[in-house]
Amino acid sequence: MSSRLRETPGATFNHQHHEQMGASVEITVTINGTQHTHDVEPRTLLVQYIREHVGLTGTNIGCDTSSCGACSIHMNGEAVKSCTILAVQADGQDITTIEGMASDDGTLHPMQQAFMENHGLQCGYCTPGMVMAASSLVNDNPNLTEEDVRLGLEGNLCRCTGYHNIVKSVLAAASAD
Amino acid sequence: MTVIDEKTTQAPSGVIGQRLLRKEDPILLTGEAVFTNDMKVPGALYMAVLRSPYAHAKILSVDTSAAASIPGVAAVYSGADLTDLWTAPMPCAWPVTEDMKNPAHYPIASDTVHYVGDGVAVVLAETDAIAHDAIEAIDVQYEALEAVTDLEDALSDRVVLHEELGTNSSYTWPLLIEEEEGQVQRAFDNAAFSVNERYVQQRLIPMAMEPRAVVAVPQPFGGDMTLYTSTQIPHVLKVMIAVTLGFPEHQLRVVAPAVGGGFGAKLNVYAEELLCLALAQKHGGPVRWNETRSENTMATTQGRGQIQDIELAADTDGKLTAIRVRLIADMGGYLQLLTPGVPILGAFLYGGVYDLPKAYDFSCTGVFTTMTPTDAYRGAGRPEATYAIERAMDALAREVGIDPLELRRRNFIATEKYPYEAFTGLVYDSGDHDKAASIATEMVDYAALREKQVTQNVDGSTKRLGVGVSTYFEMCGLAPSRVLSSLNYSAGGWEAATVRILPTSKVQVVTGTSPHGQGHETAWSMIVADKLGIDPADVDVLHSDTAIAPLGMDTYGSRSLPVGGVAIGMACDQVIEKAKQIAAHQMEASADDLEFAGGVFTVAGSPDKEMPLAAVAFEAFTAHDLPDGLEPNLEAQVTYDPPNFSWPFGTHICVVEVDTETGDVEVLKYVAVDDCGVQVNPLIVEGQVHGGVIQGLAQALFEEATYDSHGNLQTSTMTEYLVPGSGDVPPITLGHSVTPSPTNALGVKGVGEAGTIGSAPAVINAVVDALTGLGVTNVPMPASPLNVWNAMQSAQSNTSSNGGQQ
Repeated sequence: MSSRLRETPGATFNHQHHEQMGASVEITVTINGTQHTHDVEPRTLLVQYIREHVGLTGTNIGCDTSSCGACSIHMNGEAVKSCTILAVQADGQDITTIEGMASDDGTLHPMQQAFMENHGLQCGYCTPGMVMAASSLVNDNPNLTEEDVRLGLEGNLCRCTGYHNIVKSVLAAASAD
Repeated sequence: MTVIDEKTTQAPSGVIGQRLLRKEDPILLTGEAVFTNDMKVPGALYMAVLRSPYAHAKILSVDTSAAASIPGVAAVYSGADLTDLWTAPMPCAWPVTEDMKNPAHYPIASDTVHYVGDGVAVVLAETDAIAHDAIEAIDVQYEALEAVTDLEDALSDRVVLHEELGTNSSYTWPLLIEEEEGQVQRAFDNAAFSVNERYVQQRLIPMAMEPRAVVAVPQPFGGDMTLYTSTQIPHVLKVMIAVTLGFPEHQLRVVAPAVGGGFGAKLNVYAEELLCLALAQKHGGPVRWNETRSENTMATTQGRGQIQDIELAADTDGKLTAIRVRLIADMGGYLQLLTPGVPILGAFLYGGVYDLPKAYDFSCTGVFTTMTPTDAYRGAGRPEATYAIERAMDALAREVGIDPLELRRRNFIATEKYPYEAFTGLVYDSGDHDKAASIATEMVDYAALREKQVTQNVDGSTKRLGVGVSTYFEMCGLAPSRVLSSLNYSAGGWEAATVRILPTSKVQVVTGTSPHGQGHETAWSMIVADKLGIDPADVDVLHSDTAIAPLGMDTYGSRSLPVGGVAIGMACDQVIEKAKQIAAHQMEASADDLEFAGGVFTVAGSPDKEMPLAAVAFEAFTAHDLPDGLEPNLEAQVTYDPPNFSWPFGTHICVVEVDTETGDVEVLKYVAVDDCGVQVNPLIVEGQVHGGVIQGLAQALFEEATYDSHGNLQTSTMTEYLVPGSGDVPPITLGHSVTPSPTNALGVKGVGEAGTIGSAPAVINAVVDALTGLGVTNVPMPASPLNVWNAMQSAQSNTSSNGGQQ
């Protein structure tokens, strides 16, 4: 697991606590190899925590019904949609976001590299989620067929590519492993 | 035949035509890219908008007191509280007729709401969560009025939506073109064959993956304002804000940070942009807003929404003699920036790629309904037009009793007729329709498919094979300013470019295009690298910030390459011309004797003399020894107004199998042959066609914004609105031909919308073709299992009295 940290100083938002929303809860989450401890409202979604409290905005939000997969991350090595998990449920868990995928020396993760080489992205908004979902898919099954990829990525929507080059990218990354 | 699905194309010797990987990708692949909602803005107040739950209602009262008392809430405003902020209503830049009716539309409603999602109150709060909590605490009393969601019902004026207009009809735009008076009617009277078809273009939700977001950052004492917004049109927006809010244009900077797709839905001036800006000014601090997806489905413009009646007349050979089109176009509750013009843009394409005499009778009526306003969506009027003519051509082929492809071949504009003055007076620059069709038919083995149909689509068969063809023009490169003027469009269609060689020979390109996924940074670098003989990595493309790129007309309508890219090529030529003067001076030669190739000036006849462009750039910078009268530095600025639209064309063929027991459509093969002229980067071209094809296929098979009779959007989330996933769509096989555009020096045409324009009719023609043996002549979009099944049932009940119509 990479430990690359791209936090910018002052990125953490200073949220005031508001009594009517219930007491805040302290959580400690390991993200991209670094431990973070924050007080969060119990209703805070993990994706909001990652973006707003930790300040890692590479994980995107594309819907509010857990349909699009733009917020996919790895929790304990498995791809999950970070909008389906409360931040408090991630207490003590090990998380990787898109910022943690490339190596410290700047070398892209094989899945990132495959997306680049196969033009698997256009606007790039779904891309972090796609890369996280796809890398998990390849980890689970290195011998993917095209159909496996198409079915395996059904929870991640893309509006630009028509999926053709995304599928090609994932198959290329799978065969490169 | 060239198949470019795999990396089989030979890269030409220059940079143009190579499959260069995109320089945009590393920041997008690593999370480093900053989308508007990623911006960290200390002290910003979060805006949330309370939206009407009624499609049509009077606002009786708005009680903001409970919301205002929530800790963390800075302010709560009803629409009535903010009326003083607006110096003019929101802009519609395309008054298509002199008497077009355009209701005053303000960023927030204060009196009457006209669609579910119309804003009625706003909250400013310390966090996004508090802002959303607070809008729940606002108490609005409404008097519900009747909704109108059926276009013909709306046209009847049974319920008038904007009382001050007295009618729901916004405009009727006619276009009658005849060589001799009465020609269209005579053509129909004398037709050997004719068809009269009605098609419905369902409403679509564009669904760019990034919802909209806005951050307005004021400088309270200096007076400047920076507006960051997820838009396709920072330049147009700046002008429109100056007009609408009276904000001094020279103090306004508009920036489009990384933008996560647009597809026409970010080609607008939106209420939230004006609200954030005006409230930031009012509060003297930054105000930001990010759209939820559920807001996006109702507060961002939708696409399509037309009823199309099309009639074709043909002679005994099936050659077209006249076309008549009557459109009813759904405007929605108000006119947004280009709403009325979208169907008009299609008016010029109902003749398809066919040699139609001047016998064309078109009319479009725009009508208000109590639904989200419509506006541009990928293709904007042209996919609708292409759908109608291509569906009607199949219907005509059935009448004539010949293969649909054969009917098309009989009507194609012959290659030797190009440049071809069409019935509309527009000149099509180039085309070879027979070639594109031949490549496509060869790729699918068309003849074999037709034979297979004979054996497969027999009585009792539950898996029926269908083959659908569409041939099309894209009509892009928007647009010659004088043509836009003739269409009453309020702006020009030019594009600006600056090419600047820095002292150390790196190059900055400033473009007025505003990319949001199209790869302009890569493609524009390639044009410059090709012209200047340098490495594309040494070119930086600056865009989407009006402080850096003050001039521009932005990105839409497949215009960026054929207008903006061509402008960059022209600026390069001017830089080379200036550099040549300096190099000639330095080498003591006549500029006329200099040649420039591979980034080096040489002197004809003096092989020992040469001067690289890098050295010229440094000389231009020091200015120690320049020719008399020549200014220092190497920079050129060009504003290019295209002489014509550009006319990419192509053929798509879709092969489907329809399950007659379930109504399920499976796409077995999809072939797209697109001729977009010279391809700057085939990798990017392919990506554009892939994405475009699937967007059109999604209209054909999956997507529809549905409203109930009360005007409630029933597809307000991604769980109800079926944006297809990877498992729902087929791979696409691409072919291409290259017919360079003769109207610009690069020979380019544009490609952004081609896939979408060609694909919906190919898919539906295939579905209908599969079911022709069952008496089916029409299947509505989307061809969902239910719609297909219903079409089969009604065809059956038409042919037998005991049909199973439910």
